[in-house]
Amino acid sequence: MNEQDEFDGDRFDGDESVDHAPAPDQAPALIMEKARKVYPMADSEVVALDDADIVVEADEMVALVGPSGSGKTTLCSIAGGILSPTSGRVVVGGVDISTFGPKQLTRVRRELVGFVFQSVNLVPFLTARENLLVVDELGRRTGAPARRRADQLLEELGLADRAKNLPGQLSGGQRQRVAIGRALMNDPKLVLFDEPTSALDTKLGMAVMELIRDEMKSRGIAAIVVTHDERITQFCDRSVHMEDGKVL
Amino acid sequence: MKLALRELRRQPGRFAAAGMILTLIALLLMFLGGLLDGLIRSSTGAVRALDADVLVFSSSAENAFLRSRVEPALRATVDAVDGVEQTAGIGVLQLGARMPDSGPRELLDIALFGTELPPRSDGALPAEGEVLADESLRQRGVTEGMVLELGPGRSPVTVVGFTTDTSYLGQAALWTGPQTWREVLGENRPDQLLGPDVFQALLVRLTPGSDAAAVAERIDEATGAATASLTVVAAADTLPGVQEQQATFNQIIGVTVTIAIVVVALFFALLTIERAGLYGVLKAIGAESRSLFGGLVLQAVVLTTLSCSIAAVAAVGLDLAIPPGSVPLRISALRLITSLVYLLVAAVVGCAFSLRRVLRVDPASAIGSSS
Repeated sequence: MNEQDEFDGDRFDGDESVDHAPAPDQAPALIMEKARKVYPMADSEVVALDDADIVVEADEMVALVGPSGSGKTTLCSIAGGILSPTSGRVVVGGVDISTFGPKQLTRVRRELVGFVFQSVNLVPFLTARENLLVVDELGRRTGAPARRRADQLLEELGLADRAKNLPGQLSGGQRQRVAIGRALMNDPKLVLFDEPTSALDTKLGMAVMELIRDEMKSRGIAAIVVTHDERITQFCDRSVHMEDGKVL
Repeated sequence: MKLALRELRRQPGRFAAAGMILTLIALLLMFLGGLLDGLIRSSTGAVRALDADVLVFSSSAENAFLRSRVEPALRATVDAVDGVEQTAGIGVLQLGARMPDSGPRELLDIALFGTELPPRSDGALPAEGEVLADESLRQRGVTEGMVLELGPGRSPVTVVGFTTDTSYLGQAALWTGPQTWREVLGENRPDQLLGPDVFQALLVRLTPGSDAAAVAERIDEATGAATASLTVVAAADTLPGVQEQQATFNQIIGVTVTIAIVVVALFFALLTIERAGLYGVLKAIGAESRSLFGGLVLQAVVLTTLSCSIAAVAAVGLDLAIPPGSVPLRISALRLITSLVYLLVAAVVGCAFSLRRVLRVDPASAIGSSS
């Protein structure tokens, strides 16, 4: 397939799927086959991801568990189109992104994947609603449909009355919900949660995980939740353990 | 882009320091430019006001009126050159002028022009013993009908009207006919007295459609290089000190623009470092480096435009506050716009230093920051 052709059209729809891939609506959100990431050092190399194989189904929620340096972040970054694998195959939402360049990966992140970061990282000078609309402003603007979607998401996340509040005026849980809303704005195939509860106390952390599970399941969106905390795994369909760059 | 504008609007305090420095730099730039324009105007006004196309000096004069002599025979040769419609004699004399009832040391610096053609703004030359005075003398107390005494010989002349923008090398011009000029010259500088029909220089009007530079060349050819002819526009630039003033001020303006580049570069470099985390997140959710850098440039352009607007108001206020005639400051719309353009270029160039930093922000920095 000619990669350039894929970007001449509109949004990715999964119809650029690889050979033998199932129909788009049932296609796994993520397929990784022998994905490897190697960083060359002065006279050696560091293997950050060692021939990882993982499949995340379209509406599956997977907890990615492992100690620091085990390769969780690298796997997540490759799945989210932030990094390219040194070798191996990566298919996100039916689109083979294994050989994509930086520009194409930017579009993957904009259209196929949603991110919720560890420290939430909302834009501090934008209101909750504007933080959601940023996603639309970064790509081809859709205008009114995006505004309607932002309002709908804020309503569903229980933030309708907080739409005009700046992040500094929101509680930790509310900020996390805005971040979830932002991740859902582009109607992604896969949402990556990076330690979503690490900045919250236990009670709030559990409440946020419940919210994440409910939102993902109600929308049929796949999710990978990177965590150190084994308690988080109870909210996911299954856990994948990593160690020394390998998926166990 | 929208993001960049919102940040400017919602966090103005973040840009206040840079905005204040840019405002001061813009004001300095406009003030320096205004001074240059004022100085050039006060040096060249009289020459620019000459109602002619070409100015003819004798070749040894190095384009200076005082050293130049044009004899009637030479003038006849110039008259015969193709493209010359009319010639007129001109001479200048720099003196002190005394107003009635003023003390012996209270002198006005003036340049008395004796010419056969009135300056551009006025229809006719005054009669014998009368002068048209430069507008700037009005601010010094000269009024219509006043008799001024010129030079040590105290030659009386009566002011019968005023002309605008006719200063000569910082001195206010008085315009009169050749006869009065010769009389004043004889009474005050007998050593410089010229023979009948001899002038310091010639003004040349061209036939319609003639090219001034080409005619100037033909005149010098026709006179066997006994003349040095140049267009009136070029003559203004060759006046003593004009080019030196321009070069000096332009260098100072250049240094000021360089300082503006450094200020913008440093400010936005710091801002970029501070925003590295935010840029990482935005890149991770699909922002392109191009749009992030575009936002940075947009902020610099808006900030510079705002700073220049405030500085322009301050410069105009300064111009109004400074008493006329005390400082040769001339704030023109063209100078304000030129200063804005210089600073906009400086802003974009300054931002360019942050381009590499924006490109280098890794979207991976947004993820797994503690793992």
